[in-house]
Amino acid sequence: MDSPHAGSGRPLSPHLQIYRPMLSMMMSIVHRITGGALYVGTLLIVIWLVSAASGPSAFSTVQAIYGSILGQLVLFFYTWALVHHALGGVRHLIWDVGHGFGPERELLYRVCLFGGIGLTVLIWIVGYVLKGAAG
Amino acid sequence: MMRTPLGQVRGLGAAKSGTEHFWLQRLTAVANLALSLVFVGVVIALSGSSHAGATALLGNPWIAILMLLFVLSATIHMKIGMQVIIEDYVHDDLLKLVALMANAFFAVVIGLAAAFALLKISFGV
Repeated sequence: MDSPHAGSGRPLSPHLQIYRPMLSMMMSIVHRITGGALYVGTLLIVIWLVSAASGPSAFSTVQAIYGSILGQLVLFFYTWALVHHALGGVRHLIWDVGHGFGPERELLYRVCLFGGIGLTVLIWIVGYVLKGAAG
Repeated sequence: MMRTPLGQVRGLGAAKSGTEHFWLQRLTAVANLALSLVFVGVVIALSGSSHAGATALLGNPWIAILMLLFVLSATIHMKIGMQVIIEDYVHDDLLKLVALMANAFFAVVIGLAAAFALLKISFGV
């Protein structure tokens, strides 16, 4: 018993690596990860807005970077993070008012998971169609 | 006389702010649901746009007001959210203090920079 932590022999509660991955826990983890990604990604929004406030040359540089393949890829995943986190937030709001704890809980996860992907693709299709229509 | 920590606060009542973060996170979450629709719409409308087109749209008073509301709501929401993550995972006292402080700075800088840019676009100059 030389250390109060390691050698005490007291039982510890099991942590993440003990459990088989389940949809509920994965969605909870992804909600946090998307929240963190959106947090960092606000930098992209601020850079975009400040460049627009700075003038035409700064704005066209940022538009070109965001419009590049890598830029579009980052923005696509940023859109997904936003939609997924928003739908997950709705799930939490439903729980907050005391609903969604029965068998329908699984449905809520699936709506969030597949709805998040579906809506993201839809947003980008709409974006590209409108851009194409504008020339 | 010996006074335990509990004895010193007994009778003073609750701090009355225990659920403030919980409530504010829900309040801004609901606001974000509506305002992010506007934000996504604006971004789509301005994809590949010229500078003149962008400043015209962002300078529209209705759009500017909604964008400013989104900036306010989103920065509060993300500041609280990151604070929860820090409090959950950072256990070293000093590191936690530094992280909480950096989080507050980041949220304020992001919010102020976005708001300034939007106002400058609106008011010209």
